[in-house]
Amino acid sequence: MKRSKMMELGVGLFMLAGILGLVFLGLRVSGLTFTSPGESFRLEANFANIGSLKPRARVTMAGVTVGRVAAIELDTEWYDARVILELDARLENQLSRDTTAAILTAGLLGEQYVGLSVGGDPETLASGDIIHDTQSAVVLEELIQQFVSNMVSN
Amino acid sequence: MSDTSVVVVEGLFFSRGDMDIFRGVDLQVPRGKITAIMGPSGSGKTTLLKLIGGQLHPEAGRVRFDGEDVHRQSRRALFALRQRMGMLFQSGALFSDLSVFENVAFPLRVHTDLPETMIRDLVLMKLEAVGLRGARHLMPAELSGGMARRVALARAIALDPELILYDEPFVGQDPISMGVLVQLIKRLNEALGLTSIIVSHDIKETLTIADYVYVISDGQVMAQGTPQSLDVDADPRVRQFVHGEADGPVPFHYPAVDYLADMLDVEVRR
Amino acid sequence: MIEAIMRLGRRGCHLLEALGRAGIFLAQSAVGVPSREGWHLWLKQMHFVGVLSLAIVLVSGLFIGMVLALQGYTILVDFGAEQALGQMVALSLVRELAPVVAALLFAGRAGSALTAEIGLMKATEQLSSMEMIGVDPLRRVVAPRLWAGFVALPLLTVGFSVVGIYGGYLVGVDWLGVFEGSYWSNMQASVEFLADIGNGMVKSLVFALVVTWIAVFQGYDLVPTSEGISRATTRTVVYSSLAVLGLDFVLTAMMFGGI
Repeated sequence: MKRSKMMELGVGLFMLAGILGLVFLGLRVSGLTFTSPGESFRLEANFANIGSLKPRARVTMAGVTVGRVAAIELDTEWYDARVILELDARLENQLSRDTTAAILTAGLLGEQYVGLSVGGDPETLASGDIIHDTQSAVVLEELIQQFVSNMVSN
Repeated sequence: MSDTSVVVVEGLFFSRGDMDIFRGVDLQVPRGKITAIMGPSGSGKTTLLKLIGGQLHPEAGRVRFDGEDVHRQSRRALFALRQRMGMLFQSGALFSDLSVFENVAFPLRVHTDLPETMIRDLVLMKLEAVGLRGARHLMPAELSGGMARRVALARAIALDPELILYDEPFVGQDPISMGVLVQLIKRLNEALGLTSIIVSHDIKETLTIADYVYVISDGQVMAQGTPQSLDVDADPRVRQFVHGEADGPVPFHYPAVDYLADMLDVEVRR
Repeated sequence: MIEAIMRLGRRGCHLLEALGRAGIFLAQSAVGVPSREGWHLWLKQMHFVGVLSLAIVLVSGLFIGMVLALQGYTILVDFGAEQALGQMVALSLVRELAPVVAALLFAGRAGSALTAEIGLMKATEQLSSMEMIGVDPLRRVVAPRLWAGFVALPLLTVGFSVVGIYGGYLVGVDWLGVFEGSYWSNMQASVEFLADIGNGMVKSLVFALVVTWIAVFQGYDLVPTSEGISRATTRTVVYSSLAVLGLDFVLTAMMFGGI
């Protein structure tokens, strides 16, 4: 009986360690935070070109991650990309109405993310509002093309 | 007929691969008696026990245990039927991860809801019957072959079955433990009112305790009768087997081409 | 020529028959009754296949994480991207290496032992005698082992990932001098819980089922001689390894190939 108690203890510890390991992977490795949907709000932004921006990409402000891209869809009215941003609820009614959104690239070849910068308008953006001042992704090919045509014309 | 016979085998056919093992075997095992099934090695005696226990399926024929067709049962009903049979395997087949006590207690624990004290009493009773009450704390690996077989016998009778199947109980035993087993089988049969089927090719020991004997050869029942009648049977094949003559109608040699031709036929083998 | 085609056909029939037997076998043993007794048997097998495999799995995980960090660093440093080391180590471990390598180790350590144990029980007629006592060996012997393997391998995989990521940390941060903050933050920024860790766990569950299934079936279906046992043990390791690697490709294509 003593041996079987030891065995039960061993298996119990083993399973506990496994579950704790999964929690560790969730919190420490994937940076999972237990934010419920009520703790965020949504803004929309239309871009002429989103480059290779993907859903769940970061949204930053002054380099600090403040949210994620919730969805990307084609706006059939203007034929541009409508990006839905999910932002930290603490920023609701804090961002000025002339806040700009730009699609930026981390490093030369890194992944793309959305950067926000605040303006000076006293009015603020509420949930569901649209950011009008946007800056599209820099597409490397266009940049090179521009550079080459400038060289030729010079 | 069937009210005095516990097991009735009718027209049994069974083959393994291309080899026919049984070609129409008929047997009756009378209640409360020891019936021996004998035959040369390789005549499929163990297979017959497995067919009776429902572990193998025949190609044709029926096996009835107490009136019920063993091979027409659902899986659940078959397992229920088997609780009324005990089988003693050639090697004992004790569960190597359980002690002697737990081995004997195993059928009681899985099939009954008896309290622990009752199980303990029953197990000690069964172990006492085979003379191994003192060995209850040993593990199967620590037992001699004869002791393992006796423990297995205690386990086989744990649920007080109606029928016990013995698979070669005397093989590889020294004379003393052989004598012990012979006595044990006879005593158990009388004391518990069991029906026993012994499969064996140890003629002398088997004939001393059997009430009725079937001799199987070439997939058929070659002879049957009481031990006394077989002893004086005129059939040369029966005589060869019962008296243990090396050569006779049952050939010493496995079928082969002519010896001399085989020796000279070097080219073919290369 | 015709003889060769016939042989092929015969092998095909045998293969199908074996697969069918294995399928029925799985269906019959997976419904092991969750009684108190059955729970105890499961616990014993968990100890055997899980707790006792922990050492080899964790040590392997540590070394693989360390090697990943070392190799990854030498490549990433050429692009000046050594801060992405954490991301590389974590993603390769969680998505790919932990499920696959843990399953291979599990097949070698626990799978072969399961085959040999059940095979020996068959060879010594223990399974037969259990049947004759009126106990179904599929439920009593096979089911607890099947379920224990199914639960134990995903847990071992988690352990492998965790230890591997710490192994990468030891080499990357403590030895090669990658900044600690970027090791963790790059990892957190790129590893998705459901898409990466979740899919890795799904892989691990599939591997657990397949490896344990192969192991117990090979043990139950073998020819009960010493040669048969040794062959079946070898087959368990070979078949499980091939199945794990093949299925890994299929699962990876299904999970990550669509993007």
